Amino acid sequence: MTERRLLLGNEAIARGLIENGCAIATAYPGTPSSEILAAVASFQKENNLSMHTQWAVNEKIALEIAYAGCQTGLRAAVAMKQVGLNVASDPLMSAAYMGTKGGFIVISADDPGPISSQTEQDSRLMAMMARIPVLDPSTPLQAKEMVALAYEISESFKTPVMLRPTTRVCHSRQDVALDKIQPNDREVNFEKDPTRWAATPRFRFHLHKEVEEKLAAIARHESTRPVRLNPDARASRAIISSGVAAAHTSEILKEMGLWQTIPFYQVLQPFPLHSEVITHWIDSYDEILVIEETMGVIEMQLADRHRVKGRSSHTVPAVGELYPEDIQEIIAKLWGVEFERQEIPFVAGRRPTLCAGCPHRASFFAIKKAARKGIYTSDIGCYTLGLNLGAVDTVLCMGAAISQAAGFYQAYKNDEKRPDIVATIGDSTFFHAGIPPLIDAVVQKVKFVLVILDNSTTAMTGSQPTPASGHGACGEPLEAVDIESLVRGCGVKYCKKGNPYQYKEFLDLMKDAVKYSRENGPAVVISRYPCVIDLARKGEITEHIPVEVTEDCDGCAYCVKQFECPALVYHEDEEKDEKHVSIDRILCTDCGVCLNVCPKGAIVTKK
Amino acid sequence: MNASVQQQVIISGVGGQGVLFVTRLLAEAAINKGLPVFTSETHGMAQRGGTVLSHFKVGEFSSPLIRPLQADILVLLKAENLKQHGPFLRADGWAVSNGARELNGDPHIAVETLDADILAHEIENPKAVNLIVLGFALATSEKIAADNKKLFCSVADIKHVLQKRFGKNEKMLKASLKALEAGYRV
Repeated sequence: MTERRLLLGNEAIARGLIENGCAIATAYPGTPSSEILAAVASFQKENNLSMHTQWAVNEKIALEIAYAGCQTGLRAAVAMKQVGLNVASDPLMSAAYMGTKGGFIVISADDPGPISSQTEQDSRLMAMMARIPVLDPSTPLQAKEMVALAYEISESFKTPVMLRPTTRVCHSRQDVALDKIQPNDREVNFEKDPTRWAATPRFRFHLHKEVEEKLAAIARHESTRPVRLNPDARASRAIISSGVAAAHTSEILKEMGLWQTIPFYQVLQPFPLHSEVITHWIDSYDEILVIEETMGVIEMQLADRHRVKGRSSHTVPAVGELYPEDIQEIIAKLWGVEFERQEIPFVAGRRPTLCAGCPHRASFFAIKKAARKGIYTSDIGCYTLGLNLGAVDTVLCMGAAISQAAGFYQAYKNDEKRPDIVATIGDSTFFHAGIPPLIDAVVQKVKFVLVILDNSTTAMTGSQPTPASGHGACGEPLEAVDIESLVRGCGVKYCKKGNPYQYKEFLDLMKDAVKYSRENGPAVVISRYPCVIDLARKGEITEHIPVEVTEDCDGCAYCVKQFECPALVYHEDEEKDEKHVSIDRILCTDCGVCLNVCPKGAIVTKK
Repeated sequence: MNASVQQQVIISGVGGQGVLFVTRLLAEAAINKGLPVFTSETHGMAQRGGTVLSHFKVGEFSSPLIRPLQADILVLLKAENLKQHGPFLRADGWAVSNGARELNGDPHIAVETLDADILAHEIENPKAVNLIVLGFALATSEKIAADNKKLFCSVADIKHVLQKRFGKNEKMLKASLKALEAGYRV
C-alpha cells in the first residue's frame, strides 16, 4: 500500500520535485514559500539522494544557479515568494528567451490578503510578462501533481515553467499519497551554443520569435486543457476558476445544490490560456463568471468583454483574498439564490509583536534614546515590528533601509534641522540586498548609522541559515562569511559590535556611533545576540535575570508603550481607580533588559 | 465512526500557544483512521504574537477553509478570541475555551470553559495550555448525546498520535500525556 502522509502544500511541492528527479533545488526564504526547500532537504536526507539543495543569498542568485543546472540537461527548480520574484525578475526575463534543456520550474508563492507580504501582486502577470507558462494548483495534492506536469511542459517546449501556489495552498495540510522517487541518473552535459546561451540582441530577436511560437503551441497542448469538473451540468452561464478559488467554488456549488446546474471549469494553466477552449467558451455561453486570485489573468484573455464577469466588471472584488464566503456571495447574487452573509468581525487588539526577550527590542529602545527625533529607516524581517515601538518609520523592500537612509540624508543635507538617521537591517537581509547600497553610502559620504541586527538566523521565515552560519540547508558544513569584514570591505571606517542585552554599554555605543556619523559619514553598529526562538529550540537560553514590578509602579504605561514587551501586561481597574503593570511569567524569558526601562525604577531584579 | 465523517473544526489562539500543534494532532488522528483531511494555518509575520486561526476539516472537502456558520466545533485557546471567531460556529455546534469563567460573547453559543493557564501552572508546564484544552475538548465531546456531533476522534486516538510522535523522547511524551490528561479529567 502506498504511504499516505499529512503534507503541507509546500512539502507536497517538495515531494513532487523529489519524485520527479529534480537535481538542483535552490531558494531564498519568504512566507509563504519557505518550507519548500526545507522539505526538499528533509526528503533528500530521508531517501539518501545525491542532489544539490541550497539556500542562496537572494532570489536572483538562487534562480541563476538553478537555471545553469537546467542548461546542463538536469532537472532544476527555484522557490521564492512573490516579492522575491521581483528580485529574480532580471534573470527570469532573459531565461525565458534562452529557453531550457533540462526541465526548469520557477516556484513563486503568492500571498493574497496580503497575510505576510508587502504586496498582493500576482506572479501569473510576471509569467505573462516573461512569456512563460504558469500553473495554478488548488490543493497540496494538485501542487505535487503539477510539479510533474511542469517538468513535462518545460522539457517538451524548452521553456521555464512557473508554478504559482498561493498561501492557502502552501499552508494547507492534506493527506497525500507518496509516489515512487524517480532516480536522478541523467548525464550532465552542457552543450555550447553561444547564439542561444550568450545571445546578442540580433539573436534575441529570433529567440523572442521562438518564445511566441512556443506559447502558441503550449496554448494548444492537451495536458493543460482546462478541466470540466461537472460534465452533466447544462446552462447558458458558466463559472471558470483556478487555484484555491476553484477548490472553494467546487465545495460551495455542491453545498448550494448548483453542482448539476452550473457548468464549472478549472483552469490548470492560466497563461497561456488554452486557445480552443477560449473559443468553445465564448461560443457556448452567454455569460461567464471568472473567479481567480489575485488579478484577472484568465479574464483578460477572454476576448468578449461584454459577456465576461470578473474583476474588470467589479463582480469580483479588486483587492484582498477571496474567502469562500466571498465566492458564495458572488455566485448567490448572480444566480439569484438567497444568501445572508455572516460577517467575521474585525477585532482590533492583538497585533504581531516582537517576542518577549527579543534582542531587537533592546536595540530599538537604545536607538530611540541615542537618536531622538531621528528618521528610522528599516527593512524586511521580524524587526519591521520595531514600528510598534516607534523605532521604524519606513519599510520599502529588501535592502532599502540603507538606500533610503542615503536618500533622506541627501534630501535633508542642506537643511538646518537635519535629523539623525538610523537604518536597521537584519543579518540575512543585509547579505541579501544590503551590500551594494552600503558601498553607495560610503562613496557618497552619507551621514547615518546602520545598525545590523544580527540574530544569527533568518528568524521571521523559520530560522533558515544565513551566509554567516557556516552550514547549509541539509545541515552540511559550509564556509561562513563574517559580517564585520564585509562591512569594512565596503569601505566603512567605523564598525563596532555590541550586545543589546548589555543595555547600558550598548546605549553608549549607539550614542558614540550617532555622534561619529554626524561629523564623518557612515557608522555601522553590529548588534549581536541570537534569536530567542532559535535559542529556545536548541535549549540554549542562558540569561536568567528574573524581574518583578514593585509597588512604585504608578501605571504610567511608559514601558508598555515605549518598550512594548508582550510579557509586560498593563491592568486598569476603573472602579477602584487602579492601574499597574505586571509580568506575564509564561511569556517572560528572564532577559532582564526591562530593568533599564522604567522611569520610576519600579521594575527590579526579583529576589 | 465511519467513512462518512464530515466535520469542520476551528482552533483559535495567539502566536506561541501551539494552535498549529493541536491541529496537527487532530490531522494525524484522521490519517490514522484513513480519513481525508485538510487543515489551514497562519505563518510568518502573522505568527508573531498575533491571533492565530487554524481550520481543520475531516471528510470529503475540496477547500481548506471553513466559512462562517459552518464549523461544527470551536476550540479556543484564548477566551478573548470568542468575539472574533465565534461566528464560524454553526447554530447547533459546540465550543470549548480556555478561560476563568462564563464568557461574555455571543449568547447563542454555549461555551464550556476551563482555566488551562492555571492548570498548566499546576502541572508545571506553562507551554501545555494547548494540550490541556484539547483534553478538555475530548472530554466535552464524550458528554454530547448525539453521536454525529461528537469529535471524530477520542482521547485514545490522540494519545496514540502523541506516542507515535514522541515515542523516542520519553520526557516529552510523558509531559504531553500529563497535560492532555489534566484537561481531560477536569
